[in-house]
Amino acid sequence: MEKAKLNDDFRVVMVGGSAGSLEVIIKMLGSLVNNRLAILLIVHRKGSIHSSLANLLDMKTAVIVKEAEEKEFIKPGYVYIAPADYHLLIERNGSMSLDYSEKINFSRPSIDVSFECAADVFGDRVIGILLSGGNADGVEGLKTIRKAGGICVVQDPGSALVSYMPQHAMNEMEPDKTLNGGEIADFLNDIP
Amino acid sequence: MFQQEIGDNEVELLLNELVGVYGYDFTSYSTASVKRRINRLFILDRFKSFDDFRGRVLHDKNYIKRFVQEITVNVTEMFRDPLFYKLIKEQVLPVLATYPFIRIWHAGCSTGEEVYSMAILLKEAGIMHKSLLYATDINPGVLDQVVKGIYPLRSLKQFSENYILSGGKEDFSSYYTAKYDLAKFDDELRSKMIVSTHNLVSDRSFNEFQLIICRNVLIYFNKPLQDKVLSLFDSSLEKRGFLALGSKEQIKFASVSGKYEQLDPKEKIWRRLN
Repeated sequence: MEKAKLNDDFRVVMVGGSAGSLEVIIKMLGSLVNNRLAILLIVHRKGSIHSSLANLLDMKTAVIVKEAEEKEFIKPGYVYIAPADYHLLIERNGSMSLDYSEKINFSRPSIDVSFECAADVFGDRVIGILLSGGNADGVEGLKTIRKAGGICVVQDPGSALVSYMPQHAMNEMEPDKTLNGGEIADFLNDIP
Repeated sequence: MFQQEIGDNEVELLLNELVGVYGYDFTSYSTASVKRRINRLFILDRFKSFDDFRGRVLHDKNYIKRFVQEITVNVTEMFRDPLFYKLIKEQVLPVLATYPFIRIWHAGCSTGEEVYSMAILLKEAGIMHKSLLYATDINPGVLDQVVKGIYPLRSLKQFSENYILSGGKEDFSSYYTAKYDLAKFDDELRSKMIVSTHNLVSDRSFNEFQLIICRNVLIYFNKPLQDKVLSLFDSSLEKRGFLALGSKEQIKFASVSGKYEQLDPKEKIWRRLN
């Protein structure tokens, strides 16, 4: 698989979550100090009319949290949130594209779609993290990240508010790490 | 879900050949989207190899129609983003109403749900009789649906909710007739529509408009093509005309951006300055 031809060599952390994941994300961002990572959040949520999730999360963390903009380049030190009601794709040059095509796994944004794009573009630089949720979205994407040589992390289903999504991942694959919600920030902070 | 069977090099090869054989130029589309759509179609139509797929696309004149329809995204709804339509109704239509003759262009209108939404707003504002709605798309297949004005009945609940959220006060069901699992919109609504193919990549401006609506089309284009299309819109707008885009689309980095002011920070509607 071809890798992105970028000068930078930062890690790209793809976080997928559905029902029950927001609290974990808030906790994770609250303790995050590693600004060498680029983090993309793909979170299922009701298509609220003008979403302010980015503003909400930005107040809780030391890194910069913003909604992903069309054709914006992915940079370390930033947390990008997929806008409600769009799939978030990644271009070969490391920029993001939005896509209003059919829902995948009843979801838009779909975690699978973004995880697969990240694996395709960034290969073994990707860390995929799948959190709490009541939907099977994200599991195929996580497998694709694994195939491309990336690292796969699943929230311990026992610690998840809704265990279906992480449990489904555990049934389908053996993740590199299984962490409870509170351990994810430490894991990310330790990445060089 | 699919595995990526067709890689970057194959996509590039195919897109280049399409320009030569059919004149369809997708080479300036956002690659991530096109690659995903091509792989999706490859799986959907159960091709065994890229060579089979390529042969079919390049030599089967019927299959190319399907290819274009499936490579482009045709997901839309009536009154999509209701607050956008509220702003059109409250701030754009009152200005248009002052003109003796109104021309509106829906560029990349897909199956036409948003064109019918506009027709409803024009009718309710009492200015339909002096309006023309130009509905264009690259894709002849979707335009048939615009002409028919028939949509699946199951979509109507969402459409009706959007209509109410946009400030609609009438009985939405009075605009269509339901039969079996389909809803047909009144012929009156389509009486002022002019439906035609138009390719934003290769075709030129064909008229001057007071309002151009192009929603969730530019997101599938790369930056240089976005800029080119925005310039095409700019040259197709009358002085003080309005340009309306999709909820995540921007003109701020385009060469024409200095000539426009945004009506409201939350909605993607701009007005051309003098």
